[in-house]
Amino acid sequence: MTTASVPAVHAAGLHKSFGKVHAVRGLDLTVQPGEVVAFLGPNGAGKTTTIDMILGLSAPDQGSVSIFGHTPRGAIARGQVAAVMQTGGLLRDITVRETVQLNAAMFDSARPVDEVLARAGILEIADRKVEKCSGGQQQRLRFAMALVSDPGLLILDEPTTGMDVAGRRDFWNAIRTDAQRGRTVIFATHYLEEADAYADRIVLVRQGSIVADGTAAQIKNLASGRTVKASLPATERGLLAGLPPVESMDYDGGRLTVRTGDSDAVVRYLLNNTGAHDVEVAANNLEEAFVALTGDDAVPESTSITFEGDLV
Amino acid sequence: MSTAAVVQERKPSAGGVNRTFLWIEIKRMLRNRRTIIFTVFMPAVFFFIFGLSNKDKLLPNGHSYGQYILISLTVYAAMTAATGAGSQVAVERAQGWSRQLRLTPLLPGAYIAVKAMAALTLSLVAVVAQFVIGALAGVTMDARTWLTAGLVAWLGSLVFAALGLFVGYLMPSQNVMQILGPALAILAMLGGLFMPIEIMGETFGNIAKFTPAYGIGQLARSPITGEFDWAWILNVLIWLAIFVAGAAMAFRRDTKRV
Repeated sequence: MTTASVPAVHAAGLHKSFGKVHAVRGLDLTVQPGEVVAFLGPNGAGKTTTIDMILGLSAPDQGSVSIFGHTPRGAIARGQVAAVMQTGGLLRDITVRETVQLNAAMFDSARPVDEVLARAGILEIADRKVEKCSGGQQQRLRFAMALVSDPGLLILDEPTTGMDVAGRRDFWNAIRTDAQRGRTVIFATHYLEEADAYADRIVLVRQGSIVADGTAAQIKNLASGRTVKASLPATERGLLAGLPPVESMDYDGGRLTVRTGDSDAVVRYLLNNTGAHDVEVAANNLEEAFVALTGDDAVPESTSITFEGDLV
Repeated sequence: MSTAAVVQERKPSAGGVNRTFLWIEIKRMLRNRRTIIFTVFMPAVFFFIFGLSNKDKLLPNGHSYGQYILISLTVYAAMTAATGAGSQVAVERAQGWSRQLRLTPLLPGAYIAVKAMAALTLSLVAVVAQFVIGALAGVTMDARTWLTAGLVAWLGSLVFAALGLFVGYLMPSQNVMQILGPALAILAMLGGLFMPIEIMGETFGNIAKFTPAYGIGQLARSPITGEFDWAWILNVLIWLAIFVAGAAMAFRRDTKRV
């Protein structure tokens, strides 16, 4: 297909400041058609600001955005991009069906209303007032609205915030089923498991720029490869000077912890040259990569599995 | 892989006014109990309080005071209806709806046009309701007077639809009508809709001429007073221009910020 070379999103050199806050600092992003990309980062990393610029809801101070080769506005007018926002964007006093009808009326060609309601899994509550819908149902309604124009690119900004576990799973199943039809999806999230489970590619942002970009496995590798742990007599601590280069090392209560990109060399040295025993080698998980790449000094050591609360 | 959402070249949608949008807007307004209270119920109560007791007193030119009051309160009802409808953009902004609409091909001008048409629909309801109540209460006028007064009250409400949009884009409040309601009552009073300008005294009588409800009221009552002054039309046009400019400015500021 000749149009395959046109990227779904091409953003170059994006900058955006709000007063003294430099929210986005020289961000470049290219997404190819068909990719499912997670935009992962802590709160204040500039995710929403970037999404707003991609959608043309705010103008970058510097840089440019094109969607399928068009300006954001041009792509919206062609129904090539749609978005599911985190909150808002719904009228409380109309029904679910009316909301989708209204949205569909704005486009010259739109999918049938009942079809998108069914695909978003809300056909059975079509006659319910929006204000009577749960948070999860409202989010599916936003998803249904986004499907109306059958867009090539779907952008979701923290789409499962405030949903319970079952709601999140159902929502992602709907998105995933939809993405298998070839839609390009970009979603911002601070849930690591979501990025890991649903994205082909993870773009890690911190303080307004991209700090890592790759598959979940690549990101994990980026953050200091593996962790080697071993028990080592205190008398042999001097021998550690002979270790191959490592990223970090910690010795506490007879137990050595080494982060390294070359765990084989570390283990070989420990076993050949020291009395180290009970050696363990573990791959870093995405969570550790996330902390290593996006965290700052304020990040506590004992971070829980999900980054829901205060961290993000 | 079969792709449902391939990168096909598509034509941009026109993004103009469409019937579904207008129809849902009108339905929303008519469903809103508070709107109906402000536009139909309150002016009717005013008429029963102030108009009915004086209904059969005569003005110097022989027309009844009941006609005078009915037309004035109809103008008031229409302006309240239109302002209320326009100010709903405040609620829609608060709910993030105007932002959502920016993700559709809808052009800003078409949105404003639909809002204006919806406002005119509501003010038409207000005018008809007021006239029906007046007629049932025994006010009689010739057909030309009903028609002229009704048309002036109805079309003149466009000035206040623009005021509603202006304030709606300016204020973040969900309760914009709680501020606009009393403000409109004051404008109606100053503009001679609650009492004839002649009995307001010289100072207030002069102030009245510069307020936005004055021109529309004078024009709407002209079939019964038999008077006409180009200054009234000027009053309407100047206030329309001020409110439209204000609304356009506030709208631009709003869409830039986001």
